[in-house]
Amino acid sequence: MPSLAAALLDLRELDRLARLDTPVHRLDPRAKVLATAAFLATLASFGPREVSALLPLALFPVALAALGEVPFGLLARKTLLGLPFILVLGAFLPWVDRVPVLQLGPLAVSGGWLAFASLLVRGLLAMVTATALVAVTGFGDLCAALDRLGAPRAFSQQLLFLHRYLFLAGEETGRALQARELRAFGRPLAPREYGAFAGHLLTRSWERAERVHAALRARGFDGVLPARAQTAFGTGAWGFLLGWSAFFFLCRWLALPALLGGLLAGGGS
Amino acid sequence: MSHHLVEVRELRHAYPDGTLALDGPTFTLHHGEAVALVGANGAGKSTLLKHLNGTLRAASGEVRVGELPVQAETLAQVRRTVGMVFQDPDDMLFMPTVLEDVAFGPRNLGFPPPEAEARARVALGQVGAAHLAAKAPYHLSVGEKRRCALAAVLAMGPDILVLDEPSTGLDPRGRRLLVGLLQAFTHTRIIATHDLDLASRLCPRTLVLHRGRLVADGPTRAILADRARMESWDLEAWPPEA
Ligand SMILES: Nc1ncnc2c1ncn2[C@@H]1O[C@H](COP(=O)(O)OP(=O)(O)OP(=O)(O)O)[C@@H](O)[C@H]1O
Ligand SMILES: [Mg+2]
Repeated sequence: MPSLAAALLDLRELDRLARLDTPVHRLDPRAKVLATAAFLATLASFGPREVSALLPLALFPVALAALGEVPFGLLARKTLLGLPFILVLGAFLPWVDRVPVLQLGPLAVSGGWLAFASLLVRGLLAMVTATALVAVTGFGDLCAALDRLGAPRAFSQQLLFLHRYLFLAGEETGRALQARELRAFGRPLAPREYGAFAGHLLTRSWERAERVHAALRARGFDGVLPARAQTAFGTGAWGFLLGWSAFFFLCRWLALPALLGGLLAGGGS
Repeated sequence: MSHHLVEVRELRHAYPDGTLALDGPTFTLHHGEAVALVGANGAGKSTLLKHLNGTLRAASGEVRVGELPVQAETLAQVRRTVGMVFQDPDDMLFMPTVLEDVAFGPRNLGFPPPEAEARARVALGQVGAAHLAAKAPYHLSVGEKRRCALAAVLAMGPDILVLDEPSTGLDPRGRRLLVGLLQAFTHTRIIATHDLDLASRLCPRTLVLHRGRLVADGPTRAILADRARMESWDLEAWPPEA
């Protein structure tokens, strides 16, 4: 449970980071969203057993994070959070395909393991990039960008609400945990208490969400959040989008790792 | 002109769990009047206030704001007129920054962004919170949140101000600022409060709720000083005995 408090802190940290002022932050959010979409599409377009060919793509999230002053610790934590899901998704792969396709020293690597490694690398790259994107754009601007790019209103607004309600739920949880902690003297939550606690939290978060909604309505909210300051899609944005798209293209079609001298032999096949 | 007027008649409200929180209060608020709403914890103050802007809808009885009965069709208009500061400022502050949050209401009223922002800055200045504009609402102290929540309502330029315990959690200076601010307003004001000093300074008239019933409606000083009656409503007299 304390990891929940940590997760909330990270959420706030992301919000704080989003308000920094770096060249990447100043870019039109749509350029960042589109470049990320191109990145994800490129990731998805590789063959199922590619591993080394994927690695140069890491330059994109690394550059985003470095230029946007996103601490690598935060990126690592957020990414590890997604790791279990990727592992579960890919766990069966090595059992399905056991035909060795690659000799690494004394080790015969099966196609299944390669596919597993490939999935792992893709998953991690996608998580890092998504985290970096949120950190250098901010959730509000991200949703606004989706909106301006033609995503359904309901979708982008729900995303924004989800984000804010996540905060509320997290805060309720934090307060309740702290209050309990002060009377528990380090005794862990008993299984029987756990249910009551979780139920209590759920109701509290729900009721708070209702009150927040009532308060929004009281200020004239009619279901559409006012758009935020709108930036123009300038040369910087075009440069960013086209530059990175060109890089992704090179990674995909020119087998960049082969040119750079592969890190791992036999990524292709 | 009559939109400054609030009329509450035979209002009843029961919460889903059966609690009868309001049992028939009837009263009127006149133009520019400042009225205190006092009562022990759970007396029904917040529940009553929430009816004034239609956050809760009357199960029976009636609430009118000016010419308008408070009902689904009139809500938008009612909420333009009645600005409500909720008891818990955490329920109000929602946007990523204080400035955006305070500008939220004006934006919903249709002001273009620069103007909404200008209104927000003026309102933040009024409550002494101009320096908080760029902060995230959840990084504020309770008192700061309270001021920002008040600014959020002021920025909408309502005719009637409904305040639910506005002075709780304010430091002495913040409280003095608030009293001064509320005194300067010409709005019709109704203020639910446990702060009887504030009530007696700001409001010539007081309503007392006791277990959902309106048990007194009259001059503040006379009501608050009536020791026997105040105690029968689970309240303490003001000023306290020397
Ligand atoms: N959502 C709810 N569901 C059920 N009962 C409620 C709910 N909200 C309030 N009540 C009950 O309604 C009654 C009036 O509550 P209300 O919040 O209006 O009191 P209040 O006068 O504002 O009290 P306080 O001074 O503590 O803020 C109380 O008995 C309370 O327990
Ligand atoms: Mg209350």
